[in-house]
Amino acid sequence: MAAGGQAINCFVLFCLAVACQGASGLPLLFARSSAAAQRFSVLLMLTGSCAGSAAALWSLTSPAPVTFALISGLPFGPGSLGIDALSAWFLIPVFLVTGASALFALGYWPADRHPETAARVTFFLGLLAASLSALLLVRHLVLFLVVWEIMALAAWFALSTEDEKPEVRDAGILYLVTAHLGVLVLFAMVSLIASLTGSYLFPAPGSLPAQGGLASAIFLCALIGFGLKAGVMPLHVWLPSAHANAPSHISAVLSGVVLKVGIYGMVRIFSCFATPPPWWGGTVLILGAISGVIGVAFAIGQHDLKRLLAYHSIENIGIIMIGLGCALLGQSLASPVLATLGLAGALLHVLNHATFKALLFLGAGAVIQAAGTREIEVLGGVGRRLPRTGLFFLTGALAICGLPPLNGFVSELMIYLAGFTSLKSSPGLMGALPVLAVPVLALIGGLAVACFVKVYGVVFLGEPRSPEHVGTGDPPASMLGAQALLALVCVLIGVAPICVARPLENALAAYRGGFVQQALVPMVPFTWITLLAVLLLMLAAGAALWLRRRTGRAAATSRTWGCGYLKPTPRMQYSASSFGSLLVAWFGVVLRPEVHRTDPAGSFPGPAAYRSHLPETALERLFLPLLEYLYEKSAPVRHLQHGKLNLYIVYTFLTLVVLFILTTR
Amino acid sequence: MIDILVHIVIALGLPPLLLGVIGKTKAAFAGRVGAPFLQPYYDLARLFRKGVVISETTSWIFRAGPAVTLAATLCAGLLIPLGRHTAPISFDGDLVLFAYLFALGRFFTTIAALDTGSSFEGMGAAREVSFACLAEPTLFFALITLTRLSGTLSLTPMLNHLDLSVWLGTGAALILMLAGLFVVLLAENSRIPFDDPNTHLELTMIHEVMVLDHSGPYFGCILYGAALKLFLLGALFVNVALPFTTGSSLADWLVFLAGMLALSVAVGVVESVMARLRLIRVPQLLVAALILTAFSLVLVVR
Repeated sequence: MAAGGQAINCFVLFCLAVACQGASGLPLLFARSSAAAQRFSVLLMLTGSCAGSAAALWSLTSPAPVTFALISGLPFGPGSLGIDALSAWFLIPVFLVTGASALFALGYWPADRHPETAARVTFFLGLLAASLSALLLVRHLVLFLVVWEIMALAAWFALSTEDEKPEVRDAGILYLVTAHLGVLVLFAMVSLIASLTGSYLFPAPGSLPAQGGLASAIFLCALIGFGLKAGVMPLHVWLPSAHANAPSHISAVLSGVVLKVGIYGMVRIFSCFATPPPWWGGTVLILGAISGVIGVAFAIGQHDLKRLLAYHSIENIGIIMIGLGCALLGQSLASPVLATLGLAGALLHVLNHATFKALLFLGAGAVIQAAGTREIEVLGGVGRRLPRTGLFFLTGALAICGLPPLNGFVSELMIYLAGFTSLKSSPGLMGALPVLAVPVLALIGGLAVACFVKVYGVVFLGEPRSPEHVGTGDPPASMLGAQALLALVCVLIGVAPICVARPLENALAAYRGGFVQQALVPMVPFTWITLLAVLLLMLAAGAALWLRRRTGRAAATSRTWGCGYLKPTPRMQYSASSFGSLLVAWFGVVLRPEVHRTDPAGSFPGPAAYRSHLPETALERLFLPLLEYLYEKSAPVRHLQHGKLNLYIVYTFLTLVVLFILTTR
Repeated sequence: MIDILVHIVIALGLPPLLLGVIGKTKAAFAGRVGAPFLQPYYDLARLFRKGVVISETTSWIFRAGPAVTLAATLCAGLLIPLGRHTAPISFDGDLVLFAYLFALGRFFTTIAALDTGSSFEGMGAAREVSFACLAEPTLFFALITLTRLSGTLSLTPMLNHLDLSVWLGTGAALILMLAGLFVVLLAENSRIPFDDPNTHLELTMIHEVMVLDHSGPYFGCILYGAALKLFLLGALFVNVALPFTTGSSLADWLVFLAGMLALSVAVGVVESVMARLRLIRVPQLLVAALILTAFSLVLVVR
């Protein structure tokens, strides 16, 4: 009875959170440019986040999966909501990131400076947050699709806030088209599941047989439908431009959370199957490896700060998919250690990526606000004018590279361990596949370090590259506070990962009852990570202090050594494009960089120019030509679409009649 | 306990000597007397006493870079066993931490270089991180092979597992792996044929150009950290290459020290007989090393 009471309390808290988030946009609708109304809406969002995180943490520490039948009388059976540790695990980043983004918006998108758009972006951020929270609680497939659609549309309205700009409109339309293609595939998946189980409820974990064509079709639909949302390469085409053109705090939510519900969908659907065949895990693993390596390679060639971060989202989704693939292979090969480590790494990386990527997008927002551009090549030396933003961005950059002592290292370590473990007992070719994760992760890690050294070095260090984009100063307290909160979570999980071990085990148990045959603690060296993190920090602080004492305060200063050149200018600094050029050239076969150059010629050469640009190759070389071809070939069919509403109604009627004839024999 | 103390003393004290041996070897090849073996120690002592000049462009990152890099390398020094002994810290998964601590050091060395705003230092930083992208998977392929051979995920049991019988069984794979590891050792420590520490042209350098603006104790830290990194990666190499256990702790230490000195002579010989590769050839050699270690894995797994 006590457990039941607790579940009801949790449920009430979740409802309160969703209501607060959903209602948070209302005050600004009535008072469009009122700062007080905006503060009130942020307060509502923060209340929602606090209530929701408390409930999520509560259900994570004492898991008792419960479901509530809510609305009866729907055409597809009674609606159903449920809470288990798996939902609660994905809810934590939702509440954390949406709360931090709402707080950030207070300084980033103030109502008195953006009277036209502040109400819109606040309302749809609230709706997006509420639909994301609700989505994770829904246990009814049709209701899931309805909430999914609300989420997709809320995200579209929020990301196309500045729709007077053509590039924002283009990004919005691309997003809308791909989101709906994804929903179409999910419709197919839902009807396939319903035909297999005879019910529109989410099947219980491990209750479906994974053999046969129907199961494979469900797997492929889930992979494509949810993969489109998560941004798995090559289904990522909407992601870079949408993230780049949304307001930065919306980009943080998109990358931190919206992509993750794609992962949630996959994890939830995969958990329904008893023993997946090895090719499922193999497919997921290979897709993850492709997303990871090619995603980060694309990132290196970008010179738009937010586009670059967007490609890193693809990379991190790849890392999560590698973990997930290991987990599926572990299930197929009956290797509980591999499955546990893979899934634990994937789930922890979901939380970690949500925190550090949201932190980086918020930092990028602060830079854009202060310097007035997101073009990396004209920025420089921002860190001296925005020292605290610089520190937070550095924290995020170290975390995303998976470097100790921050949180990215812990989740990547788990996936590494999964890969190494599979080696100890690997029957056959599929058993050797998880080993692939190890060199792939090493390559991704090396490339990520290269990319973030480039971003941090070019944007935050050195001298400003153009006088117009020097940067003013650190942003107001609300924006710094949001970044500080996320940075704190990064450091906390990195230094004391033991605090996530227990919730993670419960989430694993919710994925499959009895899935965790061994506890995580003996498999992952949590204590050693903490010990070495503390040692590392102490050694670094000690060395820095000693150097400080040794050199004294009055160190002589001089200009940077120009290697004999007497008048170097800030424009001669190494640029982001030059920094990445070696790596872009190595990956040139896949990336297809576009170079426009005018070489100096003759004895008295005129002005020379060099411009390089990395297009969205998959979109421009693959999907657009394909669609163009389809458009040409489908010309005869298009006569059916003529804009006459009366005839459209006839089509609908005829379709219904045909379906009626087909289904009733 | 004594072994741990000896480990710490050797790991802290010995690294500059390797640079001295390399220098002496090169001098011998060139027909010179060369600087004394202890010259790197004198250099460090001199640097630690000197004052510093710091560029006006730089921020706190420039001063933090050498400190964090040295701290990360020191932590890595606690993870790897020296010879047939147990490392002070050993746990399942320490091999990943070992590699990532070097990545942390590289991150801070390169951002400290970019902090100066110098185009030459930016160039060096770009080369350093790009080449590391190829060196890192090579190291991990070698670690996978060792995991497969020993069945453990920790450096100490993994490296102590290698004895003569393992060598007799899978010698071919181990030789391929050693070749790959030697290339990584040279590349990661910016030795010839990847980088020439003694060149006079900033345009062609990698590591030395990144630290052009560091001076005094900061430069001392960098120099010492680089020597330590050479020592640690060298220890990994020697542990694989010398599969002998004498039974006595003291003799084991001596064998290890002899191995390290022989390795520095080998590095010196390579530096004397080879020229620096053209920059465009560097990735080709690194990819070759990557494939060699991948081969060794295939040989072991088959």
